[in-house]
Amino acid sequence: MTFSFAIIAFITLIGAVGALAFRQIVHSVLCLAITFTGVAMLYLQLGAQFLGFAQFLVYIGAVTILILFAVLLTKNTGPTISGQVYSASWVSGVGVGVSVFVCLAWAILRTPQLDRLAAEETNSTVKAIGLSLMSDYVIPLEVIALLLTAAMVGAIVIAMNETSTQTTMQGANHEKGLK
Amino acid sequence: MATLSHYLLLSALLFSLGLTAVLIRRNAILVLVGIELMLNAANLNFIAFWRHSPNPGDLSGYMFVLFSIAVAAAEAAVGLALIIAVYRHFRTTDIQKISKLKG
Amino acid sequence: MEALLIAIKARILELAPEFLQFPLGHLLSITPVISVFAGIFALTTWIERKGLGRIQNRLGPNRVGPVGILQPVADGLKMIFKEDVVPRSADKIVHFLAPILLVIPTMLAFSVIPYGNRLVPIDLDAGILFFFAIGGSAELIVFMAGWSSRNKYAMLGAMRAIAQMISYEVPLILSSIVVIMMAGSLSLVDIVAVQTGGFWNWHVATPWGFVGFLLFLTAALAESNRSPFDIPEAESEIIAGHMTEYSGFKYALFFLAEYLGLFAMTGLAITLFLGGFHAPFPFLNWVPAPLWFFGKFAILVALFIWIRGTLPRLRMDQLMGLAWKFMIPMSLITFAAGATWHYAGKGLLAWILCTPMLLGSYVYLGTALTKGQKVSKRVYRFAD
Repeated sequence: MTFSFAIIAFITLIGAVGALAFRQIVHSVLCLAITFTGVAMLYLQLGAQFLGFAQFLVYIGAVTILILFAVLLTKNTGPTISGQVYSASWVSGVGVGVSVFVCLAWAILRTPQLDRLAAEETNSTVKAIGLSLMSDYVIPLEVIALLLTAAMVGAIVIAMNETSTQTTMQGANHEKGLK
Repeated sequence: MATLSHYLLLSALLFSLGLTAVLIRRNAILVLVGIELMLNAANLNFIAFWRHSPNPGDLSGYMFVLFSIAVAAAEAAVGLALIIAVYRHFRTTDIQKISKLKG
Repeated sequence: MEALLIAIKARILELAPEFLQFPLGHLLSITPVISVFAGIFALTTWIERKGLGRIQNRLGPNRVGPVGILQPVADGLKMIFKEDVVPRSADKIVHFLAPILLVIPTMLAFSVIPYGNRLVPIDLDAGILFFFAIGGSAELIVFMAGWSSRNKYAMLGAMRAIAQMISYEVPLILSSIVVIMMAGSLSLVDIVAVQTGGFWNWHVATPWGFVGFLLFLTAALAESNRSPFDIPEAESEIIAGHMTEYSGFKYALFFLAEYLGLFAMTGLAITLFLGGFHAPFPFLNWVPAPLWFFGKFAILVALFIWIRGTLPRLRMDQLMGLAWKFMIPMSLITFAAGATWHYAGKGLLAWILCTPMLLGSYVYLGTALTKGQKVSKRVYRFAD
């Protein structure tokens, strides 16, 4: 186990534990950002440069900000958190988590084929990725484009004010006009 | 050197932490956070297997993660929109209080 | 000059023992970049105040040193020795971390920009993606600053800043994707290498490149919260936005990060559209390449100061309207124009096809957006 891997793994896990445990939701989300950064660094260590930067761009620049906006819109940001933040049956929840980890770790550790090092050279240049996106994976790419558009429209329609259907319809039409 | 099983153990730990977050937190937003953690653990597995495969020139694991990131972004947007819509209706994001149908 | 710099670095590395070579090599690349841009930051604050003074018919700083040139030093000393006030109700850790974290991505952004032949700190295969990924983290940090202050103005300023940065990131990235498409690479070194041999080969000398350059500059101004897009910290409305509760050296760090962010964007604009470190005419190639880079840099920074002294601040809805209704459609049309340019052979035919396409959409979008707005001369009812 190399030193750099140990550090990055430590950062990732600290972030995950923080996201799990903090009472203040904004703190949890900031810890989640630490985990995302750690995972991006793991990708870089594994030689997936493009993917590491994409992970950083999408998760830190978009998903975390999105979650923070949702936290603010649901007014969960007060300095003190009143009431319970953990569910009543949290003991069994932790139990399930621990047993899942034990099962996975047992399976990983008793498989000797997994205990191997990576091959030296990788062929993950941006050019190779682009060519393969445009040839072998062109249909998934188009489907993803459709999915993202649908998700955007869907998110806007769901989150729009439900009191007046009139404005909702107008807004949806306006959205179509923008496309 | 870090072997494949190290990466797999890390991602297993990340996955169980995400699962625990989903199971024990009451706030719907933090349940979504747990789901994101689990997705990241799965993606890390894909990349670790891709890197340690005998033929890294074959980009299928890589591509799967690329698309999975895009899907996760869409999922987060729709999920958060749903949470906001639920909040507008019930004035809470505590999933244990949102237990009524037709309400 | 680049050869000299590289030779000096190689010479120093020879003297160092084996195990120190890797860290020392990177240290020798990082230190000049950081010190040069921090020096330019100090000089820019002085030039900006002098220039704004000239535009507003006053003197500007003139007390410290000859013509006030030591003003940045005095400001820096003042900032360091000022009392560091943290609000009692603030979230102490997040409040402390935000200004420190904000400097890191802005510094990192300089590491992929080529300053001369072989004079690039790291030549990443996905350099431009790295630049934008690092820049994207600034939004989160601005949120941290605004939220942890527990001040309504700070929170409002942070929300304004995040909304503005997200909106303008889209045209910023879209207008640079056209360049990536034409150059066929994500590496900034390759993008500069495409633009060799005279200013007619620069991307700005094509119709799509010209429009892309203007869009990129506007988005870069908005992205780094510069006037006329300085709504997040509009002093006359919400004090200083997310920086309201910061004082002393932490405030100075925010200020530094803002300027360094603008410098990084300027460097990227030069690399993408203005031919990077290349001379405008081939016979001027004897002038060292970094001088060309920093010459273009100085012109653009002067342009930014000029814009700041000239244009009034936008309103929030005008700002959002400009990004979503004008700049994003325009940058998408720039895509189409770039593709047309590529397939029409990059010659006269391409000019004939691309120019009306871009001009027409500009005129159409402009008239469609201003339709129904009454524009008349401003009436001063109480002044004069």
